[in-house]
Amino acid sequence: MERWAEQTLAGWGRYPTSSCLATRAERPKDLASALKDRGDSSMLAYGHGRSYGDAALISNGKAVLTRRLNRLLEFDPVTGWVRCEAGVSIKELNEIFVGRGYFPPVVPGTQYVTLGGALANDIHGKNHHVDGSFSDHVRNVDILTATGEIVRCDAETEPDLFWATVGGLGLTGIILALDLKLCPIESALIEMESIRVENLDHFFSVNSESSHYTHTVSWIDSVTKGSAMGRGIYMRGRHAPAGTKEQVGLLGKLANKLSPFMKVPINGPNWLMNGATMRAFNVAYFRKHPKGKRAANVHYEPFFFPLDFVQNWNRIYGKRGMLQYQLVVPHEPENRAVKAVLKTVTDAGLASFLSVIKEFGNAVHGGLSFPAPGITLALDFPNTGSGLLEMMDRLDAIVAEAGGRVYLGKDARISKAQFRVMYPNWEAWKAVRDRWDPNHVFQSELGRRLGLVGEAQ
Amino acid sequence: MSVLILGATSPIAYQVAHRYAELGHSIVLTARDNAEASSLAQDISIRHDVPAVGAAFDACDFASHAAFVEAIEIDYGPIEVALVAFGEMGEQAQSQKHFPSAKAVIDINYTGAASICEAIASKMEARTRGVIIGITSVAGDRGRQSNYIYGSAKGAFTLYLQGLRNRLCKHNVQVMTVRLGFVDTRMTFGMKTGIPIAPPNGISHAIVKHQESGSDDVYLPRFWQGIMLIIRNIPERVFKRLSL
Repeated sequence: MERWAEQTLAGWGRYPTSSCLATRAERPKDLASALKDRGDSSMLAYGHGRSYGDAALISNGKAVLTRRLNRLLEFDPVTGWVRCEAGVSIKELNEIFVGRGYFPPVVPGTQYVTLGGALANDIHGKNHHVDGSFSDHVRNVDILTATGEIVRCDAETEPDLFWATVGGLGLTGIILALDLKLCPIESALIEMESIRVENLDHFFSVNSESSHYTHTVSWIDSVTKGSAMGRGIYMRGRHAPAGTKEQVGLLGKLANKLSPFMKVPINGPNWLMNGATMRAFNVAYFRKHPKGKRAANVHYEPFFFPLDFVQNWNRIYGKRGMLQYQLVVPHEPENRAVKAVLKTVTDAGLASFLSVIKEFGNAVHGGLSFPAPGITLALDFPNTGSGLLEMMDRLDAIVAEAGGRVYLGKDARISKAQFRVMYPNWEAWKAVRDRWDPNHVFQSELGRRLGLVGEAQ
Repeated sequence: MSVLILGATSPIAYQVAHRYAELGHSIVLTARDNAEASSLAQDISIRHDVPAVGAAFDACDFASHAAFVEAIEIDYGPIEVALVAFGEMGEQAQSQKHFPSAKAVIDINYTGAASICEAIASKMEARTRGVIIGITSVAGDRGRQSNYIYGSAKGAFTLYLQGLRNRLCKHNVQVMTVRLGFVDTRMTFGMKTGIPIAPPNGISHAIVKHQESGSDDVYLPRFWQGIMLIIRNIPERVFKRLSL
């Protein structure tokens, strides 16, 4: 018998929240017994809760918390293949392997994600244009399917299940373990350059001459209109060679000392993140960087995970939470859709606190996996209610028309109709899912909202 | 130098194993389920790059304990630190209805713990070196209607450790009693308590810190010492009427 307790779960955006009965697996076999013990309820795995919206939420169902299933099962120091349980986090991999010359092949903007979540969202990083997405480095995965059977699948064995699980948002079964190929590195440092870009066209020209860097991303000012629209700070880097010396300024040293104490202990007041403060932040962040280029050798943490510096930073948005809108649109000669999105945001008088833009490479995995060739843009908004949601609907129309899509791992609100336009493979994906889970044991709020579970309507 | 973890599937014990592995010790992890113990050992050895092995151990198979300790020392060298962390809360109601259930709780929490400690103690006493850490519970500080079978077994183990410490301190062997309050484990998951529940990771750091500083008897988290001071001092004629 499992111990089930009422819990209120939320994603990183803290909107929406949902109550469910949850149990925490302490060892792998607890998952199978939770599945048996769930009664008639639907079920979903919940890791570190770092997807933003409702992908990991389930109401009127049971959640199984997987964060304690974090054992490393095998490691080959010669090849870098590591076999991990799904609850292992990117942070743990970094702590264990950076000193031994290995780095996770793909990392998101935070270290606090589990590997199970990384696969279920087929996450991408700053190196997508070179190395593809997370699943490109996963050789096989063990899944506890609806029947209670554990299936090891890969590109050859049950390839459909493997395909549907990549980016499958946990709806094919509970991910137990996976084989991940770590990337060899010579140093914990990153050789990085940052370049102030004065507008969107400048971003594209800097981007086009940065393809020799393995990691690229740009912060983008989302409030400035007119000819400077899309200005920002372009960052590019690569793992540094052996013997590289760190260059830490005075501020960096201070930051290192402060980092253990940096956390947001309670919700900020809702008014804190308003149009004025966010505009001021955007302007100040842009101006902080001198014109032109700067270069430095920095530790991997501030380069990859700048926001992890402040724990629970999502609380600054207050109790109402926040929504992130991340889109990808195919390349277009005039980058019409990207410009239209930015213009829609500024015209609506809304500002995004932190916005990033990046070019994806050509790796595509179909199904519900997000990354696709083109330009991706991510915008964070405090949850100000209907005005924001209406604007996001308008963004959906721009993105869908351009042949793009939004990232489901960040989503809390897209309509079923728009989803189906953006992810034309959804039916094929659902057919595979339904074959492995005909009774719809695995469900989520997102899955119900988008018609991914239950009868298609 | 090897550290023996008895009851490695407890998240507290497992975190303590991490702490000793970080310090470079080799680790022997034991659990009833050998496969489980081996998987935990594999994790420790990958994470910390130290030798770690799993072994099966049945706390209630008293007759096997001396040979078990013998075999561990032959295979992995003298036990430097032994953590006795296995235990079972049981169900008080079940124990009241069905004495064999009560006996099972007593056997694992007290008889089994005393039996394996004796086997380890004689080795450490002979070589005048070693550490025994016994995990017990604040439930053993005073009998309460809601869990007195478990509480009495843990209380007996607390007394046992006190006696063992008295015997072994003359032989340069440290015996440390750890009285745990609420820790975030399977037993406490989802429990609504007025008192904060401590994470196993924090507890493990405190255990190793106290062991290294030569402590005898500690409450963890520390504030439980104050809580139990009050609980122990409530007059019996009042206490017997309470529903704690």
